[in-house]
Amino acid sequence: MKTKFFLATAAVAMMGAGLSFADGHVDPAVAGAIKARQGQMQLYAHNLGVLGAMAKGDMDYNAETAQAAADNLLAVSGLNAMTMWPQGSDNSLGNNRASPDIWTNFPDVVTKAGALSTAAGDMAAAAGKDLDGLRAAMGPLGGACGACHKAYRTK
Amino acid sequence: MARLFRWLLALAVLGGIAFWIMTWPTKVNSDDFATLTGDAARGEPVFHAAGCASCHTAPNSDATDRPILSGGQRFASDFGTFIAPNISPDATHGIGGWTVIEFANAVQKGVSPDGAHYFPAFPYVAYAKMEAQDVVDLKAFMETLPASDAPRVAHEVGFPFNIRRSLGGWKWLFADETWVMKNTPNAEVTRGRYLAEALAHCGECHTPRNPLGGLDRANWLAGGFIPGEGKVPAITPDQLEWSTQDIAYYLETGFTPEFDSAGGAMTHVVENFGRLSGEDRAAVAAYLKALAQP
Repeated sequence: MKTKFFLATAAVAMMGAGLSFADGHVDPAVAGAIKARQGQMQLYAHNLGVLGAMAKGDMDYNAETAQAAADNLLAVSGLNAMTMWPQGSDNSLGNNRASPDIWTNFPDVVTKAGALSTAAGDMAAAAGKDLDGLRAAMGPLGGACGACHKAYRTK
Repeated sequence: MARLFRWLLALAVLGGIAFWIMTWPTKVNSDDFATLTGDAARGEPVFHAAGCASCHTAPNSDATDRPILSGGQRFASDFGTFIAPNISPDATHGIGGWTVIEFANAVQKGVSPDGAHYFPAFPYVAYAKMEAQDVVDLKAFMETLPASDAPRVAHEVGFPFNIRRSLGGWKWLFADETWVMKNTPNAEVTRGRYLAEALAHCGECHTPRNPLGGLDRANWLAGGFIPGEGKVPAITPDQLEWSTQDIAYYLETGFTPEFDSAGGAMTHVVENFGRLSGEDRAAVAAYLKALAQP
């Protein structure tokens, strides 16, 4: 009887340990930083969506709306993101896709982030003028997003 | 006993002859190339559509209009790790000095100038469907790119897959050089088929493979697997619900309809397709939409 009780307790304890492991005890500060940078990505996606809908012809071109979206992109790309990428907040935590290479190739990450700001600046200069300029500026923006994702975002 | 031995010996010799014939390297018809001259400017879009730089530039290179094809990228597989060779115009370490026929045999038949089979990590089965003029133009363009003196690195492939001759058997079994889409409804889809099936070799990653690495053409573009990278999505019309415009725009900019951006090996494809014309991107989208519903 005693043995059975012990086994049952041990089983429950092990299940509990398994569950809390699966739950992931990520430091709340790190979890918050990951959420913050993912929010930044969402802001990119939303504003790119406005510009892209016009570029694709899904939405009529509107200079004011386009300019606002482009200005947002430029502003978001200018955020100081230092505290959003704490050491160790990579894909090993299981809740994000950041490659550990980010922290070993930091100068290259900064270069690629700079390329995004440049592309966003070109978009901000073009988006409010005409649709052709907006369309032309989308390609380099996509290239800047893709360059960083190719190197530093895991599947 | 001696009689049995003679029989076995005869069978072995016959088997050997059959193996020798089955694994004999087949070559291009040199008459197809005899009157053609290469045009580097026309070869540039062929080069980008065929995605040569994606595998043959140095590891972690950024995309450029004038890539250095030094090789060195590693491709893990169930059969070993393949290391892309130097195909820059360097005469010693690259492919400088190759004749048009040597180049065509390499690209379209997977046969080296000295008659050895290449591993099908090199998508020569797709390139077999290239037009001869495009092959010659491609060569002309590649000759204008910078030379690299990076030496070739041997593949890390173990027995029995390291027996080059046996690749002739692989080709005999699996190298189907016919179109998957037999009939095309219009010129745009015909162009899209040429881009997707021959040049861009979409099927190499997006089609599942059998245990020996042959493409499962019955499940064309129904989703594949890249070792080390993971699952590759299905892009058949029942699975990929994007509009033709969405597909073309994704190929141009890497943006999905949700404005996420392409990742993994697909970023290379976007880098290449961004350098092609809007008509060509639309043609690939039209081809994907024209695939038969399973």
